Amino acid sequence: MADVVLQGIEKKFGSVLAISNLNLEIKDGAFVILLGPTGAGKTTTLRLIAGLERPDSGDIKINGHSVVKNTPAQRNVAMVFQQYSLYPHMSVQDNLAFPLRSPTLNFSEAEIKSKVNEIAEVLQIKDKLNNRATALSGGEMQRVSIGRALVRNPSIYLMDEPLSSLDAKLRADLRLELKRIHAQVGSTLLYVTHDQTEAMTMATQVGVLDKGQLVQFGTPREIYEKPSSLYVASRLGLPRINSLPADLFSGAPRGAIKMGLRPEHILQGKGKLASVIRIEHLGDQTRLHLSLEGFNIVTLTDSETKLAVGDKIKIQPNNALYFDANGNRIE
Amino acid sequence: MSKSSISEPTRGFKWIAAILVAFYSLVTIMPLLWIVATGFKSSADSIAYPPKITFQPSLEGYVNLFTTQTRQTKEFMAANPPKNWYEEIVHSKGMVIAGPSRFGERFLNSTIIGFGSTFLSVLLGTMAAYAFSRFRVPLKDDLLFFILSTRMMPPIAVAIPIFLMFRAVGLSDTHAGMILLYTAVNLSLSVWLLKGFIDEIPREYEEAALIDGYTRFQAFYKVVLPQAATGIASTAIFCLIFAWNEYAFAVLLTSGTAQTAPPFIPTIIGVAGQDWPAMAAGATIFLLPVMVFTILLRRHLLRGITFGAVRK
Repeated sequence: MADVVLQGIEKKFGSVLAISNLNLEIKDGAFVILLGPTGAGKTTTLRLIAGLERPDSGDIKINGHSVVKNTPAQRNVAMVFQQYSLYPHMSVQDNLAFPLRSPTLNFSEAEIKSKVNEIAEVLQIKDKLNNRATALSGGEMQRVSIGRALVRNPSIYLMDEPLSSLDAKLRADLRLELKRIHAQVGSTLLYVTHDQTEAMTMATQVGVLDKGQLVQFGTPREIYEKPSSLYVASRLGLPRINSLPADLFSGAPRGAIKMGLRPEHILQGKGKLASVIRIEHLGDQTRLHLSLEGFNIVTLTDSETKLAVGDKIKIQPNNALYFDANGNRIE
Repeated sequence: MSKSSISEPTRGFKWIAAILVAFYSLVTIMPLLWIVATGFKSSADSIAYPPKITFQPSLEGYVNLFTTQTRQTKEFMAANPPKNWYEEIVHSKGMVIAGPSRFGERFLNSTIIGFGSTFLSVLLGTMAAYAFSRFRVPLKDDLLFFILSTRMMPPIAVAIPIFLMFRAVGLSDTHAGMILLYTAVNLSLSVWLLKGFIDEIPREYEEAALIDGYTRFQAFYKVVLPQAATGIASTAIFCLIFAWNEYAFAVLLTSGTAQTAPPFIPTIIGVAGQDWPAMAAGATIFLLPVMVFTILLRRHLLRGITFGAVRK
């Protein structure tokens, strides 16, 4: 358990700037989620903290001590790789025990066994302990790789999309399990995901990366309700925020070029007339795809809607976000 | 299933393939069988014409291979009756055993030099290949090309300079000299072969091990090596086959203490006339170690068991 501070980190791969001037403070016990599209530098950030990459400049501090010169082992971090990276020549049991058998720790075989069993229980892979790591399904591999991180007590857990290849139910279970572990152990977590539910439900803070830079850092609600830019606004929310010209409806503040309209921020029944072009029934909700003056808009409606393709409804924004020419939000 | 498809050859085709394979195996195995059989023939049977397919097996060739013999007077022979089965074989020819031959020594030399140089080639090759595969080595491509270029001419082309060098530094006819020479020749093969294998092992495994609290060397030892087992096994077999069978340098650079079996076996002809069974026996015994080694490592040659726990 520790706090982690990144100061002015810069990292290039050849001529490609992967991370530029990244400042990030992860408080002890925080659950920080990094969001951003592919290539934004999320994985590189994790690898820099883990010690698998060295920054070209800047400093990384764990518990107040600079660790840039330390090896990964000295940093005492645990990482869940996106590609699982299970040791293929070992059984599941040995994979889980591998971190505990490291020369820096000193556990007895009995302790190792009980810890491994405990983790296997939590991740529901107890009956697979004697399997070879290669004889598992994708979801099982991912659970073993999460287990390999959870089995010890590092200063920080780094997780690179750990739940991405699990089925919906297991994903929901593990989401709760990770939250429980986080609450119980009070560990610090840095977590990369594309999944909105994970970001909104697990994170104490969310950091949004764009082209190697941290563009906003705050609680999930802040990021969702007060995004600093249209880019940040489009990272969270499903269906995605509608990006429309600011003057499509009246009431735009001065200087606004774009309007960001979340699907749930559209009032139906008054305003401008839009036509329904597609309806998606999701069970608990229904998505309406509308066309208004040539712009496509997605909104939500109740699941028992009588609307059909071709119908016309009136819509009006409620709580729209406005952005200037640079994409920054206007208060 | 359809009558014929791309994945499933027809019955007739399978038969043709089986016959071709059987014929090819027969052609390649025949000389080997001939050698093994000759080793168990008597001198007379070994030169019989037409050649004998069936014969009374005899261990004469093996006894001749391992012993030196002299002719003695009838009185001496009568006074010293044979004490065991091999003395009896020699006695029946009117000879007595004078002592062990040098074959045992030569065979031991072959074993020391062959396995010693194989071990060194694979050890150095694995480490060099790992470094070339994983680290930023200055002039990497040039160095790799240089290593490969040592293989571009037949090693025997430099036999004379090597002979002079060995004589100058006192490596002629020493085990160390032969191990060094075979290691040097095999190293380029082993670096290139192993680099290919190590390149295929995803870096994520070592990275996971580094994070799990291991040093770079421990990660190499515990994670990379077990997965490179296939490559190491096949490289070791290639290196051993070269060092084991090498003849030209062995003839040139060894004569006594460090002489290996290949230059020794033909000398049997000169020592005891044209003793084909003894030569065949020597060749048969000489074949065994490489065969056993290959069979022992066969398990590791099966690829695929270690691949596939990284999502691609």
